[in-house]
Amino acid sequence: MDAALLSRIQFAWTVSFHILFPTMTIGLAVLIATWEGLWLKTRNPRYLQLAKFWIKPFAITFGSGVVTGIVLSYEFGTNFSEFSHLVGPVLGPLMTYEVLTAFFLEAGFLGVMLFGWQRVGERLHFFATLIVALGTLLSAFWILAANSWMQTPAGYEFVNGQYVPVDWFKVIFNPSFPLRLVHMLLATFLTASFLVAGISAWYLLKGYDREFAKRGLSMTLWFILVLAPLQAFVGDEHGLVVKEHQPAKLAAMEGIWDKVEKSPGLRLFAIPDEKAETNHLEVEVPYLASIILTHSLDGEVTGLKAFAPKDRPPVTPVFFSFRVMVGLGVLMILVAFWANWRRRGGKLWQDKWLLRLLVCMTPAGLIATIAGWWVVEIGRQPWLVYGLVRTEQVVSNLPVERVALTLALFVVTYLVLLAAFLHFYRKLIRKGPPDMAKLESQLVGMQAPGYALNWVRELKKEGF
Amino acid sequence: MELFYFLLLGFAILMYVVLDGFDLGLGILYPALHEQHDRDMMMRSVSHVWDGNETWLVFGGVILMGAFPAAYATLLPTLYLPICLMLVALIFRGIAFEYRFKAHSSRQWWDLAFGLGSSVAAFCQGLMLGSLVQSGGEVLLSPFSVLTAFAVMAGYALLGATYLVVKTSGELQSKAKALVKPLLAAVVLAMLAVSLWNFAAVPSVHSRWLENIGWLWPIPFITAVLAFALLKSLKHSEVAPFFCAVALFVMGFIGLVVGLFPELVPGRLNLFEAAAPAQSLKFMLPGVLIFVPLILAYTFWGYRIFRGKVHDFEEGY
Repeated sequence: MDAALLSRIQFAWTVSFHILFPTMTIGLAVLIATWEGLWLKTRNPRYLQLAKFWIKPFAITFGSGVVTGIVLSYEFGTNFSEFSHLVGPVLGPLMTYEVLTAFFLEAGFLGVMLFGWQRVGERLHFFATLIVALGTLLSAFWILAANSWMQTPAGYEFVNGQYVPVDWFKVIFNPSFPLRLVHMLLATFLTASFLVAGISAWYLLKGYDREFAKRGLSMTLWFILVLAPLQAFVGDEHGLVVKEHQPAKLAAMEGIWDKVEKSPGLRLFAIPDEKAETNHLEVEVPYLASIILTHSLDGEVTGLKAFAPKDRPPVTPVFFSFRVMVGLGVLMILVAFWANWRRRGGKLWQDKWLLRLLVCMTPAGLIATIAGWWVVEIGRQPWLVYGLVRTEQVVSNLPVERVALTLALFVVTYLVLLAAFLHFYRKLIRKGPPDMAKLESQLVGMQAPGYALNWVRELKKEGF
Repeated sequence: MELFYFLLLGFAILMYVVLDGFDLGLGILYPALHEQHDRDMMMRSVSHVWDGNETWLVFGGVILMGAFPAAYATLLPTLYLPICLMLVALIFRGIAFEYRFKAHSSRQWWDLAFGLGSSVAAFCQGLMLGSLVQSGGEVLLSPFSVLTAFAVMAGYALLGATYLVVKTSGELQSKAKALVKPLLAAVVLAMLAVSLWNFAAVPSVHSRWLENIGWLWPIPFITAVLAFALLKSLKHSEVAPFFCAVALFVMGFIGLVVGLFPELVPGRLNLFEAAAPAQSLKFMLPGVLIFVPLILAYTFWGYRIFRGKVHDFEEGY
């Protein structure tokens, strides 16, 4: 074990962990804003009930995202100092914009969103919720611009030992950015939708507030029906970008070894063997990869042997992660069609097996997202910036025991964090939605000026 | 332009130190205020702002990376252990905000997470500051760096206590008031000790002050006046002590920077050597000029919405 490897494990661990949280909060923020907006428009308190309930899991997820995100912004410097020196002039400004336009926005309005129900008017509260949702989206925009630049760098030149931006438009809108952004945003919406759908299904099975559960489930199933097939399409388009710009990654994803494979089939399963440079136990659908990747039956795809062994990514994790992601994507589409089919005539609400399946699918979006990120990040190796900066060049020169110590610290900390997160998440879910009668009584006179003040006085009279 | 970013970096650090200072300070004061009810109120008084306060730390980090990548690359690995320890401490205290009110049997653990997390984070920050001043970054557990670490903790605690005076009333307020005096004494002594050490041990700081004493003398003078004003205002005002404490921090910070300028990593890199190429600085400029005032405006608005005392009832989400 050397310090470089430990640093990489530490980064992989902290970043994989972090990504769980924003993936949930970006989609959830949009859902909550939708519900709150629908409540303002229709005055149907069910929507307020949905918004008020989901704000709680949102808050603890957001909090976990914030604290784990801060770690990453410093890890670039602590563990990969040479990297921040080499590409800081390009990536630093992108991240500065992320902080300026997204983090402060989220943090500034989150307080109002969470604690401001009695302090500001309902329109202003809705505005705060919208801004938080906007903040999460902007954050995704900038961080994916930075990540995409590391995948498909553009708009830079090499001056005095540093990569320096020359064309900012090209840096931000680098070749892989637009599709990656759409792909990721769809992933977060799907993740949040499956989360809400699964937990609503569980409420239906357990006999909680049925109307609440039905509305949550019904809405998210519509979302999934539209988004899951769309995601398959976008993912496919994104694959073509990978083929053009990162052929070694694509070869690893598809498990293609020959220098050039003519009419490649789609390997549904295989065990890649990096030493023997071949696959074992292949299950292949002939011509399918050729059709998907080249839109013809006799297309040609570059394989791993076209690259020197030191320029190839680790094949096995990329190959399997890709299959997990795509497999879950296909499953999502099937579930979406099946559930929406069963919805006709209202059979879905009693269909115990389908509801149980939806409960099982609760983390589907999260797992698919992590798998997808492993494809992206491991598939990029051995490059940190594709074709320009190799990972092993830029790791900080740190004593091995120091990195070992912090790695252990982060492993323990994040396990505690995860345990606490799951414990309190479970607690919130088990508690169920807020009581409808209580919610409606709170709403009386809410629009009247001075409402908040009177409410405070009432509470004081009651001896609070 | 390098100078502008240097000022911006200083501004970000100062905002962080003052804003997160008072909410970290509450955690440092936890051992002194151990009643559950008091702790509820303390947490509630900052639960809507701590996230925004901590964002200034991230901002400081990315500005350093974007505008002074060489300094970022030099400093962060040298400060490796205190940075990592600080991050872990910040994680624990951050999630305590989310979980403490939802916990029943585990509440004491979240109290510990908040109290210890805040103290460790503040200690690490002080340690980094001390090491930076003393040796250009190499982390030392020297008497001086430990002294700065405790000075920072005392300073944050002072900010926290005066903030509590603003946000609370009755018994808790008097407890907080009682804490202000000894904390102020500790801060003044620590500032004096750190300044004198800095003056005596670092030749460049020494000559900077001696050569420019004609226009630098107001810095220690105003600092002394502020400390005195804080003490006086405690009797008749709730808000003034907090702002005096903030001003005290600003003066301390200015005093420190005056001695070091233009060094960014003392003895190794000055701000011109560490600056990013002009293209990068130019790209960030419109963002900074537009968004920093905007951020300040809505941060101020957020504080206004939650102005007044922390009320003693459930006001969560």
